[in-house]
Amino acid sequence: MRSWGNTVTFHRDTPLGEATPDPELGELDARYAAPRLVYDELMGPAGSPRAHWRPLIRALGRLGIGELAARGEAARQFLRENGVTYNVYGDSQGFERTWQLDPLPLLIPPGEWSRLEAGLIQRTRLLGRILEDLHGPQELLARHGLPPALVYSNPAFLRPCRGIRPVGGVPLFLHAVDLTRSPDGQWWVLGDRTQAPSGAGYALVNRIALSRVFPEEFRECQVERLAGFFQVVRDTLRGLAPQNRENPTVALLTPGAYNEAYFEHAYLARYLGFPLVEGGDLTVRDRRVFIKTLEGLRPVDVILRRVDDTFCDPLELRADSFLGVPGLVEAARAGNVAIANPLGSGIVETPAMLAFLPALCRQLLGEELRLPSVGTWWCGQERELRHVTGHLPQLVIKRAFPSAAGGEPLFGRELDPERREALLSDIRSAPHAYVGQEEMALPTAPVLLEGGLVPRSLVLRAFICASPDGVHVMPGGLTRIAAGRRGSVVSTQSGGSSKDTWVLTDGPVSTVTLLRPAPAVVRIERQPSEVPSRVADNLFWLGRYAERLEDTVRLLRVVISRLSGEGAAGAPPELPGLVKLLVALELVPAATAAEGESTAKIERQVLLLIYQASRLGSVREVLARLRHIAFVVRDRFTADTWRIFNKLQMDAQARPGHLPVTESLSLLNTLILDLAGFNGMAMENMTRGHGWLFLDIGRRLERILHVLSLLTAVVRTDPEGALLLDPLLEVADSVMTYRRRYFARPQLSGVIDLLLLDDTNPRSVAFQLKALLADVTELPSAGGGVGGAGPEGGYLEQAAARLRMADALELGEAAGREGRGGLAFLLEALTRDVTATSDALCLHYFTHADSRVS
Amino acid sequence: MRYEIRHRTAYEYDNDVLLSHHIARLTPRELPHQRCAEHRVETFPNATTRSTHEDHFGNTATFLTLEGAHRRLEITSLNLVEVDTPVPCDPSKTPAWEEVRDRFGLELLPDPIAPVEFVFPSPQIPRRPEFREYARASFPAGCPVLAGALDLSRRIHDDFTFDPRATSVTTPVAEFFKTRRGVCQDFAQFMIACLRSVGLPARYVSGYLETLPPPGQAKLVGADASHAWVSVWCGEPGWVDIDPTNDVRPRDRHVTVAWGRDFSDVSPLRGVIVGSGHHTLSVAVDVTPVS
Repeated sequence: MRSWGNTVTFHRDTPLGEATPDPELGELDARYAAPRLVYDELMGPAGSPRAHWRPLIRALGRLGIGELAARGEAARQFLRENGVTYNVYGDSQGFERTWQLDPLPLLIPPGEWSRLEAGLIQRTRLLGRILEDLHGPQELLARHGLPPALVYSNPAFLRPCRGIRPVGGVPLFLHAVDLTRSPDGQWWVLGDRTQAPSGAGYALVNRIALSRVFPEEFRECQVERLAGFFQVVRDTLRGLAPQNRENPTVALLTPGAYNEAYFEHAYLARYLGFPLVEGGDLTVRDRRVFIKTLEGLRPVDVILRRVDDTFCDPLELRADSFLGVPGLVEAARAGNVAIANPLGSGIVETPAMLAFLPALCRQLLGEELRLPSVGTWWCGQERELRHVTGHLPQLVIKRAFPSAAGGEPLFGRELDPERREALLSDIRSAPHAYVGQEEMALPTAPVLLEGGLVPRSLVLRAFICASPDGVHVMPGGLTRIAAGRRGSVVSTQSGGSSKDTWVLTDGPVSTVTLLRPAPAVVRIERQPSEVPSRVADNLFWLGRYAERLEDTVRLLRVVISRLSGEGAAGAPPELPGLVKLLVALELVPAATAAEGESTAKIERQVLLLIYQASRLGSVREVLARLRHIAFVVRDRFTADTWRIFNKLQMDAQARPGHLPVTESLSLLNTLILDLAGFNGMAMENMTRGHGWLFLDIGRRLERILHVLSLLTAVVRTDPEGALLLDPLLEVADSVMTYRRRYFARPQLSGVIDLLLLDDTNPRSVAFQLKALLADVTELPSAGGGVGGAGPEGGYLEQAAARLRMADALELGEAAGREGRGGLAFLLEALTRDVTATSDALCLHYFTHADSRVS
Repeated sequence: MRYEIRHRTAYEYDNDVLLSHHIARLTPRELPHQRCAEHRVETFPNATTRSTHEDHFGNTATFLTLEGAHRRLEITSLNLVEVDTPVPCDPSKTPAWEEVRDRFGLELLPDPIAPVEFVFPSPQIPRRPEFREYARASFPAGCPVLAGALDLSRRIHDDFTFDPRATSVTTPVAEFFKTRRGVCQDFAQFMIACLRSVGLPARYVSGYLETLPPPGQAKLVGADASHAWVSVWCGEPGWVDIDPTNDVRPRDRHVTVAWGRDFSDVSPLRGVIVGSGHHTLSVAVDVTPVS
């Protein structure tokens, strides 16, 4: 969704003045030079800091600029470790970026805030009334309030939504307003976000990060808390439910992990306590919306959507959308689901509408518009068209409607005569499709950069939540900072940083937290439940890839240790066998095992298996899969788990230096520890619900397949067991156990017993089968009970029976023999059983989720 | 005239479809010259959910859900409709086309408001200079708007060839203009594009047309088809229908089902299925006069 990707705002090049340094600032940074001719948040017109900044400056002055920088780094560290990211479209380097936060907050004094707040409240009420009319009687069109062209030629006017009354009676629930200031300090609205506004979650994360690194300063400055606002958001959403009013299900609908603000969706879902769902998790039956869970369908009463209007329903809106839910419009029409914001609310994002708000405000509310919008001229009107074409250099030309294609704003002053003529001719051929907007100078605020404070342009995004009993403004907001010194564009997509926004108060600070308020009757809720099938699918593969990565790292560590141990003195005797093993596992080309292949060449192949991301089965390749899948289900992880996962990512990015083998060995050691941490966290900190079961099943199936493929390869390349048994035990992390048990060099029979049959060895196939059989009895069955839905239990029983009947000594002797009774035969049969189990699980729980619930 | 109208759509799916939702616009409209005595929509297998609502344009839309695995779906609309010939409108008595156009200037409050919606480009009908060029020959200065529109219909009928194999439901107007071949949907959408390009409101009408068998032959069952034509805003007399595919002014053989800005607003059936694989579609329409 372009929920703010196209929020591009402008200012003239900031004339940077040579203001005299201020003594009060001396303790912090005496060199801060606020620009003249624009409003600076810190420095007043007399060249000294504004009064409401003094407590913070004093406090920070005590810390000193060095400590300020250190705290800033600590905040950044916090964001990095918590995986606070922002996805950048079309970035080949790395799609996901860490969210940037400047350590200095933006301060807004109480009196100024209450004026701004009143203006924002009025604006939300006004836009709500406009929405109600446009989707209802459309009296505004008949009464000269809005030109009909602004509605009827507007792609954001969704005809299927006409006549749908918003369930709960809130036409505009969450509203975001982008604000700037003129040099006199007056706030101006640059634009509104009304369909699925983003940023509130980032504002919250900024607050959490900053209040952690400045706990005392935060207290001293008397800052309004944000939690109360989110409580209103949560309670209002629950209150919108048309049925199940006692205990409604509210779901947060996200376009998915590749949306620019996915982090925020996952974060808010967790913070508010709502399940995070994608379009594919929802289904419409009998004009009601349901979540597809492993246990069956569960009704959804309220949807907080982060999917844009037209993508929400392929049946009645954009037919090519894969992000929506077929039938959602009909469910809304029937009044069976509350959607916030209601479908169609994007129409009041129309830039051309800004020009009509003052008159609409008088007409609808009988009030003067408190908060002015940036000067906007809609070219559909004769006089306005003349103004725009006559003043092009002072204006920014935008599309009149919230459009997809060709929406980039054009700065009149930047156009050469040829392009100016082309633009004028475009405007004249479809005047109603264009607006001209005044180009406004943005205010500046100090930003910490390279040990000093420098002014940077900013835009403040404010958030407003309307509930049936009133309109509430978040006391704070998301302050976004231009990337460069003369940046004329503030947009998170094009880089740039952010600030926490501190609204100061005179009175006591209310201290609400989002811990659940005590309900009238306390219900103990144990059943974690409601795992969407898609999430179970992803957790299953997360388990498989995490295990695959660990197996790969362990195998390579064994090989690398043989390469590094003896130095240049000659290859260790086991190396050729190991290379053959890698060939048999199809990890390196067959030629690597050729007679007389130099150690250097082997080394190169092995290093490629670590670092080459394009190579199937390499550490980097498996890690990329793991990363992809973890990214998609990260709302299921605790903050600690995610921190460890991020460490794993960062550690794995190491490049080999001039001692590649030694360094690679230490890299592999680090990765094994990281993985142990990640697995431990994921395993220990997840409730034992269905999600956990699928994670565990995935991991155990993968481990079995790994042991089986290793044994198969060993039997094929070294039937005598002369060379590979030591390394094999090492890969399977069972050396100690073996030695304790046999006090001897490994024999094939002993190894078979330990790795296949011994159900007390946590690395053995028998052990995994026992655990898997326990897992599948916990799986939901079609009727809502447990015990599994498909034949997976049968396949596992079959494999377990094969092992029970096997005899290690016999198998060891028959290792080289083909046919029934031979080890190769057993390994093959077990592999078949396990693969069939995996397929059955996919079929019954993931792929055909629909067939079980109809 | 009274007609019994049977409109059957059948989908055959390669694999089981587990769930499907459809929006049907198959209910004939009530009009001063048209009454729908009986109407029902039958589905096989039975729809598990059905509900109707009036859409933004006043058409009746029916929402249908089918649950449970199925490989074949039939949706049949059965109607008994009575149609009179609309009160004829004398083209020479309609206002000059410029006068109609100027009532829909962007800035003015159009009077009435409703037609202004049909002046703008719509999802399937762009406004283009070449369409305006083509249309202008029919609209000399001061020409009564309906006379101009009828002349435009005649020229389109002469210049373009009816060819069921040339286009599909999604063929852009510009391509029809280039190849000069297509079906009623293309004729209607192109004529609307021309009218809008000179600034006149025009809407897309979907419905049925009674076809007559060649002399001496019996009418074949299922030989009719759903049809589309144009309605142009003529000022005082209101909307006047023109069928450019046949170059006629609809009388009592055209049955109106729905109207909108273009085909995308009135598509008789639109659906989303949950399942995989391809599907084939067959449509049969019978318009049978009854006494």
